[in-house]
Formats: sequence, C-alpha cells, structure tokens
Amino acid sequence: MLKILKGGMLTSVQDLGRYGFQKYGVIVSGAMDPFAHRIANLLVGNHENAATLEMSLTGPSIEFETDTCIALSGGDLSPRLDDRPCGMWRIIAVKKGSVLSFGAPKKGCRTYLAIAGGIDVPEVMHSKSTYLRAGIGGFQGRALKSGDQVPINSVDSQRLASLLKAANSEQHWQIPAIRYFKEPVVRVMKGRQFDLFNAESQKQLFNELFTVGSHSDRMGYRLEGVPLSLEQPTELLSEPVSFGSIQVPPDGNPIILMADRQTTGGYPKIGQVASIDLPLISQLKPGDKIRFQEISLEDAQQRIIAQEQQIRQLKLGIDLKMEE
Amino acid sequence: MSLRFTPLGDQAIIIEFDNTLNEEVQKRIRRAAELLDKHSPSWIVESVPAFTTIAVFYNPLAILYEDAKTALENLLQQIGEASTPLTRILEIPVCYGGAFGPDLEFVAAHNGLSAEEVIALHSDGDYAVAMIGFAPGFPFITGMSEKIAAPRKDSPRLRIPERSVGIAGIQTGVYPIETPGGWQLIGRTPLRLFQPEQEIPSLLKAGDKVKFRRISEQQYHDWEEHRHAEDS
Repeated sequence: MLKILKGGMLTSVQDLGRYGFQKYGVIVSGAMDPFAHRIANLLVGNHENAATLEMSLTGPSIEFETDTCIALSGGDLSPRLDDRPCGMWRIIAVKKGSVLSFGAPKKGCRTYLAIAGGIDVPEVMHSKSTYLRAGIGGFQGRALKSGDQVPINSVDSQRLASLLKAANSEQHWQIPAIRYFKEPVVRVMKGRQFDLFNAESQKQLFNELFTVGSHSDRMGYRLEGVPLSLEQPTELLSEPVSFGSIQVPPDGNPIILMADRQTTGGYPKIGQVASIDLPLISQLKPGDKIRFQEISLEDAQQRIIAQEQQIRQLKLGIDLKMEE
Repeated sequence: MSLRFTPLGDQAIIIEFDNTLNEEVQKRIRRAAELLDKHSPSWIVESVPAFTTIAVFYNPLAILYEDAKTALENLLQQIGEASTPLTRILEIPVCYGGAFGPDLEFVAAHNGLSAEEVIALHSDGDYAVAMIGFAPGFPFITGMSEKIAAPRKDSPRLRIPERSVGIAGIQTGVYPIETPGGWQLIGRTPLRLFQPEQEIPSLLKAGDKVKFRRISEQQYHDWEEHRHAEDS
C-alpha cells in the first residue's frame, strides 16, 4: 500500500491510455508524458503500461507501507526520500515507513512514480487511467488526496530481491534524462486545415514565440502570442482530433490538445505536434515559452521508430540484469 | 465524392467521405466503420467515425503512413458491397421545461413560439444520431425541425447537469455527464447515456434512429427511483 499523506496539486493514476472507445466519445486519457511513464516502469521491471502516479507541479507526500523499489521520471519537482534528495531516472530501494515528498519544481512540471509491481486499481474499459471528468478509472475515478490508501500489486520475493540488489549496486541501471527545456523548440507537422490559414499566419506559426497560458491543463495547452487567422471565416464540421493537434478557435490563440482532449473538435487544425516531442509540451508550465519548427510526416515517423529502438535496448539490458 | 486521405499527425489518418453532412454520406460512413471493425488488421489501434470523416489510429511501428493509406483504400473499395448495419430505433423520454429546461423559454421566444409548441415540435420529430463525440456517449442528433433552432449560448455554462437535453443550431443532443457546455437546455431525460460498466459504454451509436417522448415530472422521478432500485 501507498499511504497518501498529502495529495499535491493533481496526483492521478495513469497508464498509457484508454484505446478503442473514442467512437463512443470516451477520451483516451493516460500519461501526459508517455516517454517518462514508460521509462519509470521499465526501471523497476514493470510492463511499460503498468499504472504509475502522475504528479503535477506541487507533488504529494507518500508513505511506503512495504519495502519496495521505485523509479521517478519526468519533470524534476525536487523529490526527497525521507530527509535526503532522491535521484531520478534510476531504480531506488525504499524501506517500509519511508516518506517521499517534493519541493519546488526545478525543471518541467510532471513527475511519474513507478513502483515495482505497479499500482493495483481495477481496469475500466481496458485501462487504469483516471478519467477525471467522468469520475471513472484510476483510484476511485479521482485525484489522490490525503488519507488515501493506494494498493500496489505484490512482487514475488525473488524478483524483489533482484530489484533491490540492482538498486543497491554501484552499477544500477540509469538512463540519460530527457532534456526538458524552458523554451523548447517543438517539431510540428502541418495540420489538416493548414492551407485555410492566411499566408502570414502560416509563417508566424513557425517564426513566432508563443507563451503557455494560465488555462492549460491535461486537456489542452492554450497558447498566447500573435493571433493566427484563417484566410476567410470558415465553419467546419467536427472531426476527430488527436494528442498534439493544434487547433485555432476564432480568437486566434492556438490550443494544443493533450491527454484528456475530447475525441472530436470543430476548430481548424493548423498543425500537429510530432509524437516524439509531446513530452516537451507536457512538461511546460503556464508562462513558459515555446517555438515551433516544421517536420515532415516521414521524419516524425522515423523518429518514433528510432526512439522505440532505444527503449527496446534499455528494456533488454534491464531484463538481462534481472536474470543475473 | 471519392475518398480523401490526409494524415492526422504521425499516428492517424483521416478519411473524408464528403464535405457536407447528408444521409448518403452517413450511410457510407456507417458501412465503412463496420468494415473497419470487422476486418481490423492488427496495425489499427481504433477507428473513430464523425460527421463526414473517419479517423483511423494506427501503430507507426507496424506500418507507415503511405502503406496504411493504401491498405485502407483497398479495404474501403468493398464499401459498395457492404451491407448497411441494422438500424435501431430508441425512445428517449424527456421531462421538458422548469428547472430541467432553463432555456426552453429562450428557444420559444427566439422562434416566436410558445413553450408548449417547442415541446410539441421537439417530441414529434424523427431523429438520427449522426455522431458520438464531445463527451462520453454524447449524441449529435440530426432531424430537428428548423422552427425550434437556436444558437449556442454566448458564454458556455460551466456545469451542465448530466442527462440535460439541449439544442444547438439545428442539432439536438443529450449531455450524458456533467460538463461545461453551450447548448440551450430544454429538458432532462432519466436515461443514462453513458454506462462505463457495459462492454459498449454508450447507449446510442451513430446511425440509431431516435424519438423523444414527453414525460411528466412525476414520471421522471418514478423512472429515476426505478433505476436507483435496479442499481442497488
């Protein structure tokens, strides 16, 4: 069990999302930074889709009720284990009664906590992700708060022993942290309605600096900057959207659709963030700046494949170590 | 119109069937959605039908855009031969007006009608579900009389009670869960349109025919009580 001493700003159970139900209007949800989520799981020997805790900006305080292993990944919210700073992007042994807490956000804004065995919540529509608005999935369909007792799957003692050995070894596995920049250059493909925008707006998308607005959350990031406009006002029929679609409502301020986006949208899409760069956006806070750079579809897909190969290598390395 | 394929990012394709909404395109979309469900190759993650488009989400580690597009083109060539799935007819009971339909008077005044006339027109139409989207189980329903059309609210309500029945333009729909929203609310149904515990979590699906039936407040409460008794 994990005992939640303090809930933090928004701490929720997430996996890689709920697929297959968008046709019924059910949003995908899932980790905002899927890369960080997957790595944290792999580091503690979990399946990459196992449920983790996603913690935002002001982290929670969590007491561990068993000896176990954890990994933290994603944004750096100054994690501490008892009274010492706690490392990230590596496996860490935790003693029963230890308390994990967080301080000021140093880099990024979302941290993932994976725990050996994974968080044990029932699947709803094949996923453990929390769907906050519908109040389903995750832990009782809501964000965690103080007093919650969050169950974790048990790990057999032999496996736990190998994990603990790995955590305490000098050569524990660690992967280079993803670099979350304060002012990232994010690669973007032209959107389906790119051609409906006027020539100036088409250029501005790739030349101007945008600021993350205060109403940015798991559903969407609202950007402020030079307003983008269509060549002529056009009413579109709602059509499906996806993680990273950049749509532009009539006020001209682009919205990047994120993990909790609706399944369909009626605003024209000027661009689409390359999947590989979505974590850069998920880690931005209101007030942070962002720049877009064009990428082709072919290039974006090749980069997904290249990243997958890196992740597979990491997984192989860990599997080998576990067998030692 | 021939099918138009465009990428929706690096993990999805949008297939456009037409650029205006009509019965023929809706039929073709239903057939296509059925074909995709039936023959779903392993690289398809899921497909999402909308008014005049279907999005096919795919796994780029299994197939790249051009190949996925060709495969979909080939599969959808069978669309002419595919049968249209059976049409279901569902009745949605609605308690109109009062606290359940705070905008009924606005819709009436906007159209120079009485509230009673709006109710009569709304509960008399033959409707069809054009798409499920916006919120889980939320049906965009076509077929409403233009005589009771009304624009969305200038600023959306922050909380619309679940099961509210609303009007936006010439469309009508039902909010299955509490969400913010801008539709004009004319009543409420005791039916649960989103049922997450069911294998198919949406009561309605695209293509369903729908009728609205007027019920009294007493009938509404009886229905709710009955449902709670069933749930417990």
